[in-house]
Parts: sequence; structure tokens; C-alpha cells
Amino acid sequence: MNDLAKSSKLSHPKSSKRKYRVGYSLFWMYLPACILVIIFIIYPFIDGLKISFTNWNGFSQDSKFIGLEQYKRMLSDSTTWLVVRNTLIYGLGSTILQNIFGLLYALLLNQKIRMRSVTRIIVYLPVIISPLIMGYIWYFFFAYQDGALNDVLMALGFHQVNTLGNMHLNIWIIVLVNTYQYVGIAMIIYLAGLQSISSEYYEAAQIDGASVFQQFKKITFPLIAPAITINMVLNIIGGLKLFDVIISLTGGGPGNASQSMSTYMYSLYFDQQDAGFAATQGILMMFIILILSLLALAFFKRKEVEA
Amino acid sequence: MSKSAKGVMTGLSILIALVHIVPFYILITMSLKKTADFSSRWAFPKYFQLDNFSEAWKQVDLGHAFFNTFTITLFAALLLIFVGSLAAYPLARRETKLNKIVYVCFVAIMVIPPLTALVPLYNMVVSIGMINTRTIAVLNNVASFLPLTIFLYGGFIKSTIPRELEEAARIDGASIMGIFFRVVFPLLKPITATILILCCVYVWNDYQFAIFFLQDASVRTVTVALASFFGENTNNLNLVAAAALIAILPMAILFLVLQKYFIRGLAAGAIKG
Repeated sequence: MNDLAKSSKLSHPKSSKRKYRVGYSLFWMYLPACILVIIFIIYPFIDGLKISFTNWNGFSQDSKFIGLEQYKRMLSDSTTWLVVRNTLIYGLGSTILQNIFGLLYALLLNQKIRMRSVTRIIVYLPVIISPLIMGYIWYFFFAYQDGALNDVLMALGFHQVNTLGNMHLNIWIIVLVNTYQYVGIAMIIYLAGLQSISSEYYEAAQIDGASVFQQFKKITFPLIAPAITINMVLNIIGGLKLFDVIISLTGGGPGNASQSMSTYMYSLYFDQQDAGFAATQGILMMFIILILSLLALAFFKRKEVEA
Repeated sequence: MSKSAKGVMTGLSILIALVHIVPFYILITMSLKKTADFSSRWAFPKYFQLDNFSEAWKQVDLGHAFFNTFTITLFAALLLIFVGSLAAYPLARRETKLNKIVYVCFVAIMVIPPLTALVPLYNMVVSIGMINTRTIAVLNNVASFLPLTIFLYGGFIKSTIPRELEEAARIDGASIMGIFFRVVFPLLKPITATILILCCVYVWNDYQFAIFFLQDASVRTVTVALASFFGENTNNLNLVAAAALIAILPMAILFLVLQKYFIRGLAAGAIKG
């Protein structure tokens, strides 16, 4: 695809001279986009850095510069660490589950079996539904009072369980619900990867007497490596940003037990009028997302090259 | 593949479909039952309490909420396509130093999750007096989607739109705007469809931004209205279920009708993003 661009460049050698004229950049065409991004992304980002060095409460006029106090406070704040741990569980837990199930579903639904397109559509459907509403729908399933799960448990003679009110269990329920909602994307990306593999490889492997497992290890796995990279990075970012589903399932509770960085930031700002500290959390969150997604990208990219 | 293996796989595939449909089944049975009906959530009702839907529609003011969501999504999509394609064209075609830097900046911004700057963003919106306006929801959504849009359009223009067409139009005396709107933009249809679907699904379902900027009842979107309705009606979940079912219906129907485009669009957006 680059050949086209190259060849047209070669056939118009004069165009290189024009490169130095400012008008040639046609910058006015991207000016509106730049203005929007500066106002809504870059300016708030820089302002957020500034606010994180103050004790501002979010509405009053006076805010004092207090240097790194908020950052020091963050390091010694046990809730921050709980919330970071939760966020990592949401990010990594959903990533692992979505990829395992996404790949298994794709392998199965890539076979020529009946009804496979119906199953694909059903698995994919939640992707287009608001995660907030998906959370409510699962709330009906897990709720302590009259939840669908407890209906089954009681009919089988067990006690009701308070899945959403249990602080050790509910973060995993949230991981599960997030996985359920977005496993369809992972599945579709893996399906696209599987369909791009030529069947000749498998035919040749079968002639050589390779087992199904060997075929998967030596052919399928290396050739879907790009799909793995995409899914990993995508799911990590999605999981670390988790907000809606937590609001609708547990509201971050009990206490702060299932709070993620996004929901904690929200409650610091709106419920506790602690804007300076909330801004500091925002900076921390950005760094965690950046570092983890770059790590995932680097790690899986390297695997791709090796494969 | 042997016949029995195929049978097992078909069985597995049906099982997966059944497990995945459970929450929707529960949603439907709940929305059809009376509040005083204490039968199991799994039991399909012998009657249909259709009043739940009209009651939920009235109480949540869903008509108004749908109007707000629809307006915001529509204008965000139109503005995004216009501003995004207009920006991507020179960035992809005129490879000057300035343009290269700007393009790299746009791509780099994609890694910043917009919500991490919530505090200053909210503060700014309040100080310019635009809190509780649909305009701010549109502008903010457009801004957060612009980097990805420019990236997708840029890649598409570089790889698939032949320069010769533009050269020919220029020789015929067309202006830059003429070339862009008459020659280039119509060729961007496939990628425009992808961006449109991506943008519509996310803006339509958005709650994270909406909860900050659209708290007033007159500008509330469907998600915000539903969240506050849930907060007030935890004892009447059947109404909440009816409201939730209505709320997901438009997007679900659109998806079932245009599923190929949805799956292709969202996957393409994900792969390139």
C-alpha cells in the first residue's frame, strides 16, 4: 500500500519544494480539531497537574499551593492502595478471562457447526449495550433479595449468599460481569485472526502427522499473535478504566471495598469535596494505565517477532 | 471432523448461547411481572404486566431522555465526521514538518484516558457556565474521539485513496475544498461507516461524562435518568427492569439489523485503536 504513495512521490519531484511553504500544510483544515483537543484534553490535563499541588476543595476561591503534600498523602493513604489493588484486579482479571474465553469461543465458533452465527451474535450483543445498564441487568441476577442466583440456591436447599455485599467476592463478580460484556470483542478479533490463516498449513501438518495440540501450538498460536497483542492492550485499558458497571453493581461498596480508581476519584471530588486529592488520583491513574499498556504492548510485540 | 465431535461442539456452542442469554431472560421475565409477584425470577409469568412499560416510560421521562441522548449522539457524530475528516486530510497528504508533529501529537493523545482529567475538566465547564448543556456533552465527546478518528481517517487516506485523482481534479481547476468534498470525502465511505458506528455506540451508551455534565432533569440522557430511577426504586425492580429493557431496545434492534457493519466496525476500530 505504500508503493502507491511512493510512486506518486517519485513522479512529482517538484512537490518537495512546496513542503517549506506554510500554506502548503493546510493547517487551517486541522485547526478546529486542534482547538477542541486543546480545550478538552490538553488544557484539563495540565490544569490537573496544577490542581494536584494544591489543597483546593473543588468550589471555593481559595486554594493554597502545598507542593507534594497530596502525593505524600496518597502514598500513606490505605484507601488509595486498596483502590489501586482493585483497579489492577479489574484490569488484569478481565484481560485474562476475556482472552481465555474469547480464544476458546473463537476456536469453537470457527468450526463449521450449526447455529454458530446465532451464538456469535448472542455473545456479541452485550458489547453494544451501555455498561451501566448491563450492570443493572446483572444486579437482578446477583441481588441478595430475590436475586435470580439466590432463587436457584434456595430451591436447591442452600442458604442465600450476599455476593454483592461481600467485599471479598464482589470485586470478582465485577470482573466476571465486565468479562461477560466484552468477551465478544475478543472473540471477534480472534475469529478474524483465525480466518486469516490459510488452511494449507493445517493440511500440510496433518500429512506430517501433527496432533491437534501440536497444530495449535505451532501454527495457530504464532499466527494469531497480533490478535493477542491487540486484545491484551485493549482489555487492560478497558479494565483499568472501569466505572459504570461498578456504579450499578455495588456503588463502590461496601465502604470502599470495590471502588476502582475512577469511582474513587468521583467520590473524592463530588462526595468529599477533596478536589486536590482527586486530581492527584487522576495523575496516578494515568500513569498506571500508560505504564501497563506500554508494558503489555512491548511484551506481546516481542513475542510476535519471536514467533 | 467426526460426527460425534461435531455433535459435542454444536452442544457446547448452544450451551454458551444459553448461558449468555440468561441475564436477558431474567430481565424480560422481571419486566413482565407485577411488583407483588414473588415467584422465582426464572419462572416465566402466566400474564403480561404491560403497564410496567408505560409506567416506567412516564416515571423515568424516557421520551425526554431518549430525545437528549439522540440529539447528543447525532450532533456528536456529525461534528466528529466533519472535523475529523477535514483534519486528517492535510495531515495524511501534506507531509510537512509541522503536519508530522501535529499528527504524532494526535496519536500520542490517544493513550490519555480522558476521564483522568475529570477534576479540571468539570471545573472548566462550570467556570464557562456550560454545565447542564447538551452542547458541552457534544463537544466533549467529539474531542475525546477526535484523536482516534483522525488516526483512522489518516491511515485510510494514506493507504487507499490514490493521489492521481486529486491531481486530476487540481488540473481541472478545483479548489482544495472542492477536491476534499467532491473527490476525497465520498471515497472515505467505508471508514466513515466504521467511525460512525464506533462513535454512536459509545456516545449513546455514555454514562461517565454524562453523569458529570448532565445532572439536571431537563438535559438528562437515558443512562443518567435510569441511574437516578434505580436509586429511587430499589424496592420496585420490576419497573427498573422495564425501563432498562426499553433503554437497550433501540441499539439492540439497530445491531440485529446491521450486525455485519457493527461487528466489522467495532472490530476495525479496536484493531487500529
